Amino acid sequence: MELHAQQLHYREVNQWLRRCSQDGIHHVTLYGIRGHRYIGTGLNNSLRIQIHGTAGNDLGAFMNGGEIVVYGNAQDGVGNTMNAGRIIVHGHASDVVAHSMRGGTIFIRDDVGYRAGIHMKAWGTNPPLVIIGGTARDFLGEYMAGGTLIVLGLHDSSAPLVGSYVGTGMHGGVIYLRGTIAPYQYGKEAGLQPLTADDWEYLQHTLAPFCEEFGFNLEEVLDHTFCKLVPLSRRPYGRLYEGAVGAINSHG
Amino acid sequence: MRPAQRYDHAGCATAGILHKGGQLINGEAIIEAIGTMRERGNGLGGGFVGYGIYPEMKDYYALHIMYDREDYRQPVERYLERALLLIRSERIPTRPTPGVGLAPVFWRYFGTIPPNEPRPAGESDDDYMVRVVMRINLEFDGAYVVSSGKNMGVFKGVGYPEDIGRFFRLEEYSAYLWIAHARFPTNSPAWWGGAHPFSLLQWSVVHNGELSSYGINKRYVEQFGYRCTLLTDTEVFVYLLDLFLRRQKLPWEIIPAILAPPFWEQIYRTEPAQRRALLTAVRQVYGAGLANGPFSIIIGHPRGFMGLTDRIKLRPLIAARHGDMAYLASEESAILAICPAPDEIWEPLAGMPVDERLYEEVVL
Repeated sequence: MELHAQQLHYREVNQWLRRCSQDGIHHVTLYGIRGHRYIGTGLNNSLRIQIHGTAGNDLGAFMNGGEIVVYGNAQDGVGNTMNAGRIIVHGHASDVVAHSMRGGTIFIRDDVGYRAGIHMKAWGTNPPLVIIGGTARDFLGEYMAGGTLIVLGLHDSSAPLVGSYVGTGMHGGVIYLRGTIAPYQYGKEAGLQPLTADDWEYLQHTLAPFCEEFGFNLEEVLDHTFCKLVPLSRRPYGRLYEGAVGAINSHG
Repeated sequence: MRPAQRYDHAGCATAGILHKGGQLINGEAIIEAIGTMRERGNGLGGGFVGYGIYPEMKDYYALHIMYDREDYRQPVERYLERALLLIRSERIPTRPTPGVGLAPVFWRYFGTIPPNEPRPAGESDDDYMVRVVMRINLEFDGAYVVSSGKNMGVFKGVGYPEDIGRFFRLEEYSAYLWIAHARFPTNSPAWWGGAHPFSLLQWSVVHNGELSSYGINKRYVEQFGYRCTLLTDTEVFVYLLDLFLRRQKLPWEIIPAILAPPFWEQIYRTEPAQRRALLTAVRQVYGAGLANGPFSIIIGHPRGFMGLTDRIKLRPLIAARHGDMAYLASEESAILAICPAPDEIWEPLAGMPVDERLYEEVVL
């Protein structure tokens, strides 16, 4: 099934998608997408959506299954609070990719903007995975609570791989960076750990479908320095208000 | 007209297009760009500024004035006839437009400073005009100066920008630089004078976000004679720019370092030492000009535009170039709507300006 969406409002596009989904259709293609919002929101089964154009904000928000493939770029909020399924972007994405994502997979071929993976979390047997082929800006994995973020920097070796405040407030999950990171670039709640044999095995196994999708050479991608950021504590701010609470109690 | 639940989306859109060779672009293009981001506004404010729209009157100040009612006009005009040498006065043409409700009355006046007007020593024509604008905004009931530059003008009101553009018949104007805004009012009232762009003399600003430093910024510009009268934080940006760029003659390069300076910890790491010293001095001297809070803005001026976001990028801004054209917008889709395959399209770094200018040889 195909839909030419150039003249349609995003609500009409999403109504059509929900109807396709209810009718048991497995594969649809959208043409002429130009900033249409919320495409695939709450998608709940095996529907596969191909998008040609620039996907609008909150692509695949609350997505709970199925697959979205964008042949073009995506705007802000890809996979916002996504729960399951897969989003693949053959291009770049703007800010807050994978905001509060709790499950499923996001592949972005090129760069992402600020706050990718902010407050990602994990639950059950489907922890979220985000792989970014290009670079990421400040606040990557801020307040991260679970899941895996991988930033590869495959396109421009002169561009900074990540910005600053990486993993600030991080208290779960793991961030792999293909390259190095200076101490001032990550938050004091995160720490560097050497990669173990298990990590390398995990990366090989996890990056294989990403490389296959975008035509990268897996061996070349892996033949590089990686670093790994993990939280130093499960509850970095647990003591933040202790003094205040104590003061209230003593007046109580 | 629209049910309340349709007012529940994200806030504000900005867009700008510049022909760096100075060629004039019809107003339809900017309406198309801003209209793509309809979801970002909520119909409670839309507006445009065009530079190059009055070529036959380019040597005269063009005052766009909004009157709440027709009977507020006469006192202002009596004052203007004394304060300025008026060349032309006319009602700004509008058309009844679905989606635009009860509208104020808009007039424009082209004029210059009377040669024998007694003035404080050393006062420039622009200083004089600022006094005229501040006086009208402060002292005349129901009258607001919407713009006051030369060869440019602001058209704005309550409605979606596409509708406001039709209301003001923008297809009848051409400009080498257009900037537009769709408003989603958050913590200040939605009224015609509160729509963006805000403008004084040649400067104009559209803004997505809010200024938590508004109180400090406002008190600061008031020390220099500016008065914030339009009930919206964005207004103060314009007075800061007029103060820094025109009166204090600061170079454009300093503006981002004042409005969106790096954090101290970033300044301490800055190399070379000369740059570090400059950033330190700017923060020390111009702390009251720091624009705190989430924002992305487009600043318009006769030679081009500057896009800037707050230093931690809490509001979106996308930039693009294609041939002689430069574009800025809150969303990529708005640029692609009028330029489907740009040579370059990128997301500017937080607090780093996108400074696009007319080519140096372009004479206006």
